[in-house]
Amino acid sequence: MAKCKPLSDQGDWNFDLLNQYQTEIARVAKHYRLATYPNQIEVITAEQMMDAYASVGMPIGYNHWTFGKKFIQTEQNYKRGQMGLAYEIVINSDPCISYLMEENSMTMQALVMAHACYGHNSFFKGNYLFKSWTDASSIIDYLLFAKNYISECEQKFGISDVESCLDACHALMNHGVDRYKRPQKISLEEELQRQKDREEYLQSQVNTLWRTVPKNNDKTNQTKATFPSEPQENILYFIEKNAPLLKPWQREIVRIVRKVSQYFYPQKQTQVMNEGWACFWHYTILNHLYDEGLVTDKFMMEFLHNHTNVVAQPDYNSRYYSGINPYALGFTMFIDIRRICEQPTEEDKLWFPEIAGSNWLDTLHFAMENFKDESFISQYLSPKLMRDFKLFYLHDDEKESYIEVAAIHNESGYKKIRAALSEQYNLSNLEVNIQVTNADIDGDRSLTLKYTPHQKVPLADSKDEVIKHLFTLWQFDVRLVKDNENGQEEVIAQYPEPNSPLENE
Amino acid sequence: MTNFIDRRLNSKNKSTVNRQRFIRRYKRQIKKSVEQAINRRGVTDVERGENITITKKDLSEPVFHQGKGGIKDRVHPGNDQFSTGDRIKRPPQQQGQGGGQGNASDSGEGDDDFVFSISKDEYLNLLFEDLELPNLEKNQLDKLIDYKTVRSGYCAEGVASNIDIVKSLQGSIARRIAMTSSKRKKLTILELELAALIADKYDHIQEIKKLTAEIDILKSKISKVPFIDTFDLRFRNYTKQAIPTSKAVMFCLMDVSGSMDQATKDIAKRFYILLYLFLTRTYKTIDVVYIRHHTQAKEVDEEEFFYSQETGGTIASSALDLMVNIMNERYQASGWNIYAAQASDGDNWADDSPRCKQLLTESILPRARYFSYIEITQRPHQTLWQQYQEIAAYTEHFAIQHIKTVEDIYPVFRELFKKNNNKAA
Repeated sequence: MAKCKPLSDQGDWNFDLLNQYQTEIARVAKHYRLATYPNQIEVITAEQMMDAYASVGMPIGYNHWTFGKKFIQTEQNYKRGQMGLAYEIVINSDPCISYLMEENSMTMQALVMAHACYGHNSFFKGNYLFKSWTDASSIIDYLLFAKNYISECEQKFGISDVESCLDACHALMNHGVDRYKRPQKISLEEELQRQKDREEYLQSQVNTLWRTVPKNNDKTNQTKATFPSEPQENILYFIEKNAPLLKPWQREIVRIVRKVSQYFYPQKQTQVMNEGWACFWHYTILNHLYDEGLVTDKFMMEFLHNHTNVVAQPDYNSRYYSGINPYALGFTMFIDIRRICEQPTEEDKLWFPEIAGSNWLDTLHFAMENFKDESFISQYLSPKLMRDFKLFYLHDDEKESYIEVAAIHNESGYKKIRAALSEQYNLSNLEVNIQVTNADIDGDRSLTLKYTPHQKVPLADSKDEVIKHLFTLWQFDVRLVKDNENGQEEVIAQYPEPNSPLENE
Repeated sequence: MTNFIDRRLNSKNKSTVNRQRFIRRYKRQIKKSVEQAINRRGVTDVERGENITITKKDLSEPVFHQGKGGIKDRVHPGNDQFSTGDRIKRPPQQQGQGGGQGNASDSGEGDDDFVFSISKDEYLNLLFEDLELPNLEKNQLDKLIDYKTVRSGYCAEGVASNIDIVKSLQGSIARRIAMTSSKRKKLTILELELAALIADKYDHIQEIKKLTAEIDILKSKISKVPFIDTFDLRFRNYTKQAIPTSKAVMFCLMDVSGSMDQATKDIAKRFYILLYLFLTRTYKTIDVVYIRHHTQAKEVDEEEFFYSQETGGTIASSALDLMVNIMNERYQASGWNIYAAQASDGDNWADDSPRCKQLLTESILPRARYFSYIEITQRPHQTLWQQYQEIAAYTEHFAIQHIKTVEDIYPVFRELFKKNNNKAA
């Protein structure tokens, strides 16, 4: 390969230099077939970065005290030097917005551009979850709509009312997601156009539902139908459509929170893959540039220093250990897949017959496009990687007085570890399973939700507070039940607290 | 396709609104913290904000999540000693983060406090919300006035020392251009004609002579226009501007006789701190004069004022006397806003109380902006209170309040300075 004149590795960056690096990175990215949204790279200061942190990655956020709290926390930690700020934040939008911090050196800016503008960006564009669940081109518009709508509500109905509605929605935010159904895409014009109609339509639907006509009553009694006919996992959606006393603007706010939650849902499901993919590409692209002679040794030293910090995995007994580092796991897995394609061992041929020896770039793109963390790990975690990480699997049953080592990185343990690690990233196991089972539309209008524990793990005490929030939305009795060992439902939380013990039906 | 955008100059306080929302939401807790913090401060220590502490529990945003117990399966890296089937004793449940060892509590809820700082202004705003200085508006203009000399443009007359050279020369240039322009135009025309005649192949001796004469006359006329004229001169103009003074003096008067114990003094101290802080919101410079008294009054520094022990009887008028003297000596000028706060346990030599009343009504109250008297006692009121009550009945800027315990300080202070103060005399 012909050596080129290297780009400047001066510590300070300027826009000219940024552009030169960007052009080179884009060229290499294209060489590796990374398809991206157009990039919009914004240079910001540390203070602005803290603002961006506070709004949890939304470029335009509605106003709420919780973002103020996050900002104060971030600022406080940053000032005391307890944490550094991330080098970048990238937003799943079209064009893809990336924030670069002013303080970064030129090397860091190049690293960040390769990482965010080509790594994350191509992931957002290519991964099936993002493709089918989020609409990058409309998110900015939608957030703008949400911000304006909420501030309008604040003017019309008072900050306090809007705040308490948002508080309640935030408490249930994790339960505002359609996990299996594909949501509708959202766009600003449509949203504005439809919002008015929806307001009236929704209200009329609700009114129909709650109309107390005696004849209707008889019918439902005959069929013994419950409402909803199927349990509903999307609690916020159920509230939006069916809560009896909510005002139209409150329904709209519930919807906004729900949509935001849905927008972030794929990111939660692909943390390991997304970061791993981005790390793999900043590593590969910058090494490619180095091989071409475009960047200097000095540049590479600084880059590798930062890179190794990011993808370091402390051991379980290290004081820095706080679970498995998604950057480390993801990065190593993508590197490992490439290794399996290019230099497969006998073991790899046995474990991964379909990818061993295949074109690594094709395989990598396929993996990026068609998996989420859970399936990615169960598909691609190799025995070699498990040995390198020295993974071991602990089984902790509350009933026993000890914790058992269920598997370690050996022949008999590989599959168990892989399955367990995959489960560890299965959101439906991590997030509690609570569904709306019954709304008593003919009786006292009480709402019943059911908690189905995963591996007998109980709900944390915060459930009582959340139930109160749910009550502010539903405005009639709310109770949370769980099947006990005899298969009968028992109430584990309810609001308002009953004065006398509830009678069983 | 890539765009670079430099956002560094955009406003960086995107979170301000949210921060205010946060403060608004937790006002009750923050206020409590602010009120506690006041006790830790020195009287004149106001140049900083305050750290606010709120327990995390109050701030939590509850969500449904998994609790402790049940079966938890976790994979960890870095196996250095375990084999399949090993049994590890369960580590004692600690609060907070589970350290590795299979302790799967990934949502440790620490009870740490949430600490953050608010700026000095936010601090004072919270502390003195809804309070105002009494009588401030009414005599703002007749008493608070001081004069400041400020530049205000230029004028055509003035003393020589105020001449503004640049402005004057600008005027001179303009005048010279204006006065000579028609002549110079003529001159150029004539000079062109002359040049044409000289260049002509025929001789025009007569005409050249005439033209040269005309040119000379024009030139001398131009040169006679003076370089500078009194008309050009500009002088810097100054005017006096009335400004409310930002100077205030606060007299702290305290009884230090044997009957005042340290607890009572602490209560008084806190009251003075509040008053001082409150005054800093309005005035830039504040003098504090500490006067303590038993049978005799003495001006002391802060340390001595609050912490030295004295014994003896009580003659409150001695302090008032001293205050009048100091006012006459040091704060005579009309620019000073005089505030005073007297604290006592109510003990006074009975014959002295009428004299206190007299001193106050004749010498102090006419010149003071506000005088407050707080009585810190658990016992019934004595003569001093009765005499003061009479004054309070007919004097707007005199207030008396009774403090029984530490908890009363802040409410009493608020009572004294609350907006639209209707004196409960």
